[in-house]
Amino acid sequence: MRWLTDHTPQLVLIPTIAVTIAYVILFSVWTLWMSVSNSTLLPDTTYAGFGEYVRLWTSRRWTVAYQNLFLFGSLYVIGSLVVGTLLAILIDQRVKFESVWRTIFLYPLAISFIVTGTVWRWIFHPQTGVELALHDLGWISARFDWITDRDFALYVVVFTGIWHASGFAMALILAGLRSVDGDLVKAAQIDGASMPRTYRRVILPTIWPIFLAVAVVLLQFAIKTYDLVVALTQGGPGVATTVPAIVVYDLMFQRGQIAQGAAAAVMILVALALVLIPYALYTGWRARQQGDHHG
Amino acid sequence: MSSLLIKDLRKSYGGVEVLKNINLEAESGEFVALVGPSGCGKSTLLSMIAGLESVTSGEIRIEDRLVNDEAPKDRDIAMVFQSYALYPTMTVRENMSFGMESRRIPKAEQAETIARVAALLQIEPLLNRKPSQLSGGQRQRVAMGRALVRDPKLILFDEPLSNLDAKLRIEMRTEIKKLHQSVGKTTVYVTHDQIEAMTLASRIAVMYKGVLQQYDTPKTIYEQPVNKFVAGFMGSPNMNFLSATIGESDGARGVVLDGGDGAVLPLPEGRAGGLRPGQKVIFGVRPEHFSAPQEQRAERRGERSVIVSAMVDLIEPTGSETILMTRIAGQTAVVSCEPDDAPAEGAVIGLAVDMNKVCLFDPATELRL
Amino acid sequence: MAEAAHIEFNPLATGSRRRQLTSKTIIYLCLTGFALMYLLPVVIIFLNTLRPLDAIVREGFIAWPESVTFSHWAEAWGSFCIGGTCEGVSRFYQNSLMMAVPATILSTAIGLVNGYILSKWRFKGANFIFGVVTLGVFLPAQMTLLPWAFVLGNLGLSNTISGLVLIHTIQGLSFTTLFCRNYFINIPDDLIKAARIDGAGFWRIFRRIILPLSPPILIVTVIWQFTGIWNEFLFGTVFTSGANQPITSAIVAFSGSGTGERHYNVEAAAVLMSAIPPLIIYLVGGKYFVRGLTQGAVK
Repeated sequence: MRWLTDHTPQLVLIPTIAVTIAYVILFSVWTLWMSVSNSTLLPDTTYAGFGEYVRLWTSRRWTVAYQNLFLFGSLYVIGSLVVGTLLAILIDQRVKFESVWRTIFLYPLAISFIVTGTVWRWIFHPQTGVELALHDLGWISARFDWITDRDFALYVVVFTGIWHASGFAMALILAGLRSVDGDLVKAAQIDGASMPRTYRRVILPTIWPIFLAVAVVLLQFAIKTYDLVVALTQGGPGVATTVPAIVVYDLMFQRGQIAQGAAAAVMILVALALVLIPYALYTGWRARQQGDHHG
Repeated sequence: MSSLLIKDLRKSYGGVEVLKNINLEAESGEFVALVGPSGCGKSTLLSMIAGLESVTSGEIRIEDRLVNDEAPKDRDIAMVFQSYALYPTMTVRENMSFGMESRRIPKAEQAETIARVAALLQIEPLLNRKPSQLSGGQRQRVAMGRALVRDPKLILFDEPLSNLDAKLRIEMRTEIKKLHQSVGKTTVYVTHDQIEAMTLASRIAVMYKGVLQQYDTPKTIYEQPVNKFVAGFMGSPNMNFLSATIGESDGARGVVLDGGDGAVLPLPEGRAGGLRPGQKVIFGVRPEHFSAPQEQRAERRGERSVIVSAMVDLIEPTGSETILMTRIAGQTAVVSCEPDDAPAEGAVIGLAVDMNKVCLFDPATELRL
Repeated sequence: MAEAAHIEFNPLATGSRRRQLTSKTIIYLCLTGFALMYLLPVVIIFLNTLRPLDAIVREGFIAWPESVTFSHWAEAWGSFCIGGTCEGVSRFYQNSLMMAVPATILSTAIGLVNGYILSKWRFKGANFIFGVVTLGVFLPAQMTLLPWAFVLGNLGLSNTISGLVLIHTIQGLSFTTLFCRNYFINIPDDLIKAARIDGAGFWRIFRRIILPLSPPILIVTVIWQFTGIWNEFLFGTVFTSGANQPITSAIVAFSGSGTGERHYNVEAAAVLMSAIPPLIIYLVGGKYFVRGLTQGAVK
């Protein structure tokens, strides 16, 4: 009885620990194993080596998807940070109805990628959106068909992604701006710095850890991007906007190449690890440094 | 029957021993202060008495009952925390009744107890407030009230006054003392403030580096510290430690301050036993045991004082007394004197040292000789 | 947290009146421009739910409605044909509710207890467990698709809403545990010690001390779990089909397929309808939404 009361916490935790450990570790190992197995349409546990990784990296669809991810990821993160910073600074100017502005800029985050993608598809599509509207206005030669253009479709995805995520960046950067010591700003003003210069030289540099944190979160979103592209372009035209997550789905559930799909999923995990592990190490290191400073 | 008995108690985390062989005993109704610098193990000791930390080896007995393996709730103790730890979502009344509810005490009895304790602590008007609506002193009172409604065998205090400002701290100190006198509960009180320990405790346990250095009445601890650490820790300003050598003059043993004029300061009879001429010692004298020679403070008690000469470097008036930073035999010494008697900076003055009050320590072992 | 300390100095309040006025004008112009950018797409789509189909086909989405009717909303809700059945989105709406509500409640409830244990009853190995739980937050869904297919298949939960509830509960556990643990860690340990001395045990401390302090984190967690699960698409698409799909998958199924005549106005109404529950939560709990954001990302 005594033992039971003493170990209540552990006993209560056991089911969830078991489930979580199974979920995180077992599921990962499982997919990892599938990626080096003989699986095709159905899972097969026979070991087959790393051939599927080689075939994956030699398929054009995958290499294009990975390149797209790099281009999309960097433009999406930079764009969201730039727009988010701009919005945060604008709102920080003691504007009236601050919460209204904030609500407007942040609401896209509450709606799904599917809704976002569908709405913007209608607007970007030449048969329904901006181009048709320009034709109706009498500008017959107007062309706005990025979404169906192999060279430009990815930028439509970037734009829509930024539309969806910049409010997120704004909210966090605004919180950061508000946490800056007011005396620092006063000191800069007394030193004769103009407002833009105060932001550029004094305020923004002090909150750079927030930029880093936001960038890491957004990169994570970028790597996992799937729904947005499905709703917006379905990866097309051709493979112009295909991203790794789409390839995974196709390989696993459309083409019956489970092993190669698993290999692609593992590559997504690797990409995430490449972003998150250095960041985790860095924050850990910085926390220790600060710990040392504070004694 | 002792109310609290601690025998050969040890505590280690991993391989690190944070409490070494603690022995302590408190009679029923006693007020024991555990005092020492931070990291000395006093809070760990208190947590072990409370049952919040496990015992590595040794025994803790409360009213003769071995409680080593008992849960905190079964030890019949109450505790007042440094942060007060008042439950923020409960009113003062609920904070006080929470423990009684756990013990399934009838509602009527709960109400009666709360009324009695609230009257004792004068917190009746606060009973329906939340902790966030209370001032620091009020929170302190409520925390004590929560401890008292339990009618415990033992009340534990963990640095209860350190979150208060200086003025309130002195007020609450007096209240705790009055309270202890009226309820008479055995109390263990952890503090790093030696004045709190001196004013409140019937016995003080001075701890340092996990070792209980001395456990005795405030008077004994102050006048006869067992070692240099206890002597230096208790008392403010700190005791002066001057290096010296044992000398002889007219057949009587005395102390010769190193770096001085070689004069032998004679020790009172009975204090020189076991000392050999030429032996190195530390000469410890508290700032208040210097006085102006004409006062003859020691002589009026029938004791002896000797005059030393001191060079005054700096004076620090505090209002009630004036602190002199001086050099005696070239070694720095702090002297306290009446504000009206304060000399000018730079003056060379004579000071009477109350020789019955000085302590001599062995420089190697730091034990009192 | 960060919202508490505001810069008490207004840089715009310096300089001449005219300069102040100019800067204010520029700021409000910029804000209005961005606000239009954020609001217009949804406004445009809303207006199109009111327009007749032939007008949309002729003029596209970007045009002022000449005649207005709300009938497309009713059609989208109750009688529009999707995938062979003509029940509108009401059925899929119900599916999404049946999925999101239980999964939110379950994952939040378990997360609360887990967070309480991992922050206040630390034991050997607690940090390792917390580490694994944290990893679960970052694990990409693609890594779990094949194992889930196997698990759901063996439990007989393929193509059921219960299967999705299971997935979202277990997936959400990592997130809720992390959030609650990081919140509870700021509750002073002395409170727990005091309660233990007062004779309270594990569950009593949870019920009387921890739960009353939990509403802020509870709201944050519920908002994020519900929004996330409602908006989720991949699992819904992979593990359900036909009449068992949640709303997000259903929308893609009918608006994404390029075959047949398009009913843009009805589709637009359905798309907006699917966004209403998370939007309401966002508008009602906006403060907590932002708070969850700041806590989740910075910590």
